[in-house]
Formats: sequence, structure tokens, C-alpha cells
Amino acid sequence: MSHDDKLHDSHTANKPILLTLAILSIAFIGSGIVFADSLQVQNWLVLIPLLPAIAAAINGIFLNKMPKWLVTFLAVGSVGVSFFISIILFVQMKTGAGVINQTIYNWMASDGLSVDIAFTMDGLSAVMALVVSGVGWLIHIYSIGYMAHDESYARYFTYLNIFTFSMLVLVLASSMPLMFVGWEGVGLCSYLLIGFWFKDMDKAIAGKKAFIVNRIGDLGFVIAMLLLFWQIGSLDFASIAQGAGQLSTMMVTIICLLLFFGATGKSAQIPLYVWLPDAMAGPTPVSALIHAATMVTAGVYMIARLSFLYVAAPDAMMVVAITGALTALFAASIGLFQYDIKKVLAYSTVSQLGFMFLAVGVGAFAAGIFHLMTHAFFKACLFLGSGSVIHGMHEEQDIRKMGGLDKLMPYTSKTFFVSCLAIAGIPPLAAFFSKDEILYNAFTLHYGSPAWLGIVLWSVGAIAAAFTSFYMFRLYYMTFSGESRASEEVKQKGIHESPYTMTIPLVVLAILATIGGLIGMPEHVFHLPNFFTANLSEVLAPANKAMGEYHGSVTLEIILMSVSTAIAFAGWFLARVLYKDASSDVPAKMKQKFAVVHKIIFNKYYVDEAYYYAFIRPIKNFSLFLWGFVDTYLIDGLLVSFTAFVVRSAGEGLKLIQTGNVQLYILYFIAGAAAFLIYLWQGAGM
Amino acid sequence: MDWLYNISLNHYLALSALLFIVGVLGVVMRKNGLIVFMCIELMLNAVNLSFIVFAARHGNETGHAFVFFVMTVAAAEAAVGLAIFLALFRNKETVYIDEANELRH
Repeated sequence: MSHDDKLHDSHTANKPILLTLAILSIAFIGSGIVFADSLQVQNWLVLIPLLPAIAAAINGIFLNKMPKWLVTFLAVGSVGVSFFISIILFVQMKTGAGVINQTIYNWMASDGLSVDIAFTMDGLSAVMALVVSGVGWLIHIYSIGYMAHDESYARYFTYLNIFTFSMLVLVLASSMPLMFVGWEGVGLCSYLLIGFWFKDMDKAIAGKKAFIVNRIGDLGFVIAMLLLFWQIGSLDFASIAQGAGQLSTMMVTIICLLLFFGATGKSAQIPLYVWLPDAMAGPTPVSALIHAATMVTAGVYMIARLSFLYVAAPDAMMVVAITGALTALFAASIGLFQYDIKKVLAYSTVSQLGFMFLAVGVGAFAAGIFHLMTHAFFKACLFLGSGSVIHGMHEEQDIRKMGGLDKLMPYTSKTFFVSCLAIAGIPPLAAFFSKDEILYNAFTLHYGSPAWLGIVLWSVGAIAAAFTSFYMFRLYYMTFSGESRASEEVKQKGIHESPYTMTIPLVVLAILATIGGLIGMPEHVFHLPNFFTANLSEVLAPANKAMGEYHGSVTLEIILMSVSTAIAFAGWFLARVLYKDASSDVPAKMKQKFAVVHKIIFNKYYVDEAYYYAFIRPIKNFSLFLWGFVDTYLIDGLLVSFTAFVVRSAGEGLKLIQTGNVQLYILYFIAGAAAFLIYLWQGAGM
Repeated sequence: MDWLYNISLNHYLALSALLFIVGVLGVVMRKNGLIVFMCIELMLNAVNLSFIVFAARHGNETGHAFVFFVMTVAAAEAAVGLAIFLALFRNKETVYIDEANELRH
């Protein structure tokens, strides 16, 4: 395996080239913004997804035949330019152009159905496009270092670019079918990248698991799409928004629940979250990009995009909120006892996605998207940090064998710590604002569900937040503090900090995780403009109108804020006491005392096993029946072999009359002619 | 020659049919290719006879024209057929048709 013998990569920074590239980038963005009208930048919208697709096509065709620098240039450059164009168009949109639409061509037109390949950039998709291309770009840069010595370097970047293309199609699509193309595309790339090192059977199986679980969810999405077409007759978002009013509540609820089922698959919620922890088999930058920052948030984006539909189905929203809160708590509790650095982060991701669904479920769509964005920053940073640790520790992932890395890996350690602060919700870092807004909105639940449910949801969310803070700092202290517990073999190879292509994205993401929350501060508490909500207000206007105005009490919000801050600090403090420098023996004692509980949670509540006995084994047995009996005997036996037998026997019988004796043939002929004549004669007589 | 005109149509047709049946039986039953060949000619001439009789009875020349065509075709057929038998004899030293059954195998 190539990733086993990855060596420390010591690029020498080529400063003049980097400087030139930076200047060119700024010049590109600047000229795009300044000369927007004469350059017709509205027509550049399609380039955002198209550029990574072109790069993927070139890299995919030539693979290892191209020099490595060219592969890197195409793959990383295309996503970078996509990001720049996203910025230009975002500025253009905000400074007057309004929502940008671009229709490429009529994809399918048949009786009553007309679907265009058309892209839309409004407040919501702009945020998503910026996050996907921006964070995606940083992860592409990071991958240069992380994958430097992989034999399938070009294949990796091809997949990564197809992913970026699909994800951008998903978020920029202006109709359900096109969104579904992106939806399936990201699922495919997820499968390809989880099983990237497919020679390892476990990794290939993990990829398969992700794909199959996603397919189960996709079924819900497809059925919901067909129902929408049946009921409304059109599938672009604008028409659905117009026609949503004429649907019965029953129908809207069914559609919303089916869509949410699709989202549980893609976004790893109960009951379909099981694939995400296994998805950590892929390369770590992939975990950061696909399984933390972008793809898994597609479900949240989809619900926010269809918010006008969800507000018409309060029951469906209640289901979304409850599922989200339960997932948040459930996954966080599993995260408490995991020892694999990536597994902790994986369960943390599931848990954070639960928070996002809690947000959209209680009608706080803006808060959900806000948390999506901040989560993309700090979780990408954490994953990339863990990748840096794994890289530096020579593929060691067990945090019991780490420790003491803060001196050896200063950049990784510091950025990881900042991200831990951010995800725990320590003010004023990113998740403090986003998570707090979600919890506040849950507490003051005022639409759809009964108010007492809001308090329950808040409590569940608060406990999950406490767990989050605890397991993140547990992870931090076990990995970075104290003495090194690394195996002799790893120590001999030398633990080292990662190359600059890996640390620069870490630093950038850590900065974003620090300040990213400031653009969405609750307006009525701090009296500062909430740019984030303002940006989304137009998209979410129909939903907000349907839910009605609501003014919460400032005092309540401040109280809740203090509570969540206290919770975050409590979790941090507890983790510090228990795990810093590995000096406390309390964890080991607790583990012994509550061995049963620990065992159940450590084994992830045996959900995988339960699924195995409840679903997989019956389906497998049924498949065996279909194969062993239906296929072997009914299909192969009755239909295929028996048909062949009939034809062959008929042939065997008819063969007898072909004697080779021409005179006999003539006799047949004459007999036939005579029979025919007799028939005619009889007919004439009648 | 009056009696000739008094022979009824049925007599002629009966003769024609008899000749034809003799031809058919010969074709079906004889193994000697040359005999089979002659029997085919016999069948053709049986048909010619009925043509001629109908033409004479109806005072219509079409029957005569047909007979000339049949004779022409028969001549051509004889040429081709005899050539085939010649080739057969050169290869197999026989003109018995039941011995020429290679295509069956």
C-alpha cells in the first residue's frame, strides 16, 4: 500500500511563483468585480461547476501519463478559479444584480414536463457555493501534501474534482432533477473515495456500505420528486414554490417526510447514519471535504431550499427536529468513548448534523445553514488536523498511542485546539453563535410543534453540547498533551510536523473557525448587523412569512447563552481534569465501575449488529432464496432450460423427415400441392 | 376425321391426367436419374396436351403460345439437367439419385 510508506514531504516553498499566483488571483477577483458589467459575469455562473468537471475529465483521461505538477495545477487551480468566480458573482449579486439565473439548455421536454439545465445563485446557494468551493479548495491544497506519495495521485484528484463538480451542481441547481444529479454524483464520489484504497477489503466494504445506505435514502428523494411532479406538474424550485399552496397538508407531509428520509441517508441521521463512521476508511482530506464539510450537509441545504414546503407540513418539521435532536445526543454519546481519532470526529459530525436538522426542524432555517457553514470551517480544520497527526504519526489512528504531540506538531496542535474551542461553543468562536442560535430557537419553539417539545429539544441539545465539549477536549488532551505514548516503531521513524501545503489550510480554517461566527451574531442581543440572516432573508421569506413574526425576549436569549457557555466550559474543564497529560486514573476506574455501560456505548449501542439481524440477514436470506431456488429452478430451469428443451426436441423430431431422399421430398411436395388443391376445390364447392 | 372432333373433352383430360400420373410416379419411384428425367418430360407433355385441347376447343391461340414456351423451357432444362447428370457421373460413377445424398450429412 502506497499510503503506508508515505514519507515526509518537504517542499521548498517556491516563493516567487506563489506570490505571482496570489497577485494574479487578486487581480482576477478584482477585475471581475470592477468590470462585472462589461465582462458579463452573470454568464460565468455555469463555469463554477464546469471548471472542476473539465479538470476531472482531463486528469481522468490521462491519469498518470501527465506530469504531477500539471495534474495538481489543473485540479487545484480549477477549484480555486471556481471559488474566485463564486466570490465575484456573490459580490455582483449583493451589489445590485440580485438573483443570478442562467439556463444552459433544455434538458428534457415532454408532455407537461420541461426541465432545463439551469443554475441559480441566490443568497442560499451563494453561501453553499462559497463554502463548497472555498473549503473545498483549501482541502485540495492540503491534499497536495497528504497524497504526495500515493501512486494514484491523479485518480484521487479526478475523484475529488468530480465531487466538487457534483456538489456545486447540487447547490446551484434550479430544479429538483438537476439537484438530484448532483445528489447522486456526490454519492458516487463518496463511494469512490471511501474505497479509494480498494485493495484493502475493509475499505472497499465501507465504500459499498456508504453507497447502499445512501441508495436507500435516495429512494425517498425520488418518490418525493415524482409526487411533486404528479401534484404540481413542474420540478423547478420556483414553480414548486408557486404550486405548493394547492397541495393538501397530507400530501405535503408525505413529500416532506420522504425528502427527509433522503436527507437522513445523505446527511447521516438516525436511522441511516451507520455509513458515516465507516466512511472514515477514505483518505483523511476526503473525510474532511465530503464527510464533514460539504456532502453530508446536502440534506440540510435541501430542506432549507424547500423551506416553503416544510412550513406547510408542521408534522414533518416536528419529525425532523426530533430526529435531529436524538441524533445529536446519540452520536455525541458514542463519541465519548471512541479511541480512533477519526471515529470521534465522525460521530461528532453526525452529532453536529443532528444540530442542523434540529434547527431546520424548529423553523430556524437560517440558523441551520449558519451552523452548516461554521461547522464546515471547524470540522474541516479538525479533520485536516487529524490527517496531519495521522500523517506525522505514520498512519497511527489510535489516540491511546499518541500524546505529547503539541511540541512536535505546533501548527497542527494549535489549530486543533482553536477548532476544539470553536466546536465546543466557547465564545466568541464560530459554533458559539451558530449552536447557541439553534438552541435558542429550539427553546422558543413557536411553530408546528407544541411549546413543551421545544424545551425537551433544548435539553437534549444542551446535553449533546456538553458531550461535544467533553469528547472534543478529551480528544485534544489525549492526542496532544503529556508524554508521547507512541510505539517504538513510530518513534524511530520520527514524528514530524506536516509540510506547509498541509499547515496553511489548517491555519486558514482555524482563522475562519475563530471569526466565522461573527457574521451571524444575533441582532437583537448585540445590536450589530446579522449579515448571515440578512443574506438568506430573501430565500427564506416565504417560509418565514408562513411561520409568522416572532420576537423572543432578549433576557431569555442572554440566559440561554450563558447556560450554553457554562455547559461548554464544564465539558472542557471535566475533560481537562480527566485527560490532561494522562495523569488522572479516574477514567480507568470509571471504566471498570460502569463496564457494562461503557461496553454498550463503546460498541456503538450495537446498532450495526441490530441492523444486521433485523435487515441485512433477512435480505441476505431472501436473496439466497431468490438465487438458490427462484433463479436456479424457475428462471434457469423452467424458463431457460425448458424452452431450450422444447425447441431441441421439436428439432430432433422434425429432423427425421429430412432423409436426403429427393424423391421423398417430391412426394411431400405433391402431397402438399394435392392437399391445397383439394382445399380449394372444397372451398369452391361450398 | 369427324370422329376426332367427337372425342369429348373429358377423354383428352383423362389421358392428360394419366400421363401426368405416370410421370409423377416415375419421378417419385424410379432411382435412375435418366428415367426420372424422362418422367419429368412426360409430365410437361401431359400439361402440353391439356393446353392444346383447351386451345382447340375454345378457338383461342393462347394455349399454343404456352406450349411453345413450355417446350423451350423443357429444352433448356434438358440441357442443364443432362449436364448435371454428366457431372454426377464423372464424380460418382453413377446416375442413381439416391446415391447423391452428401448434403444430408
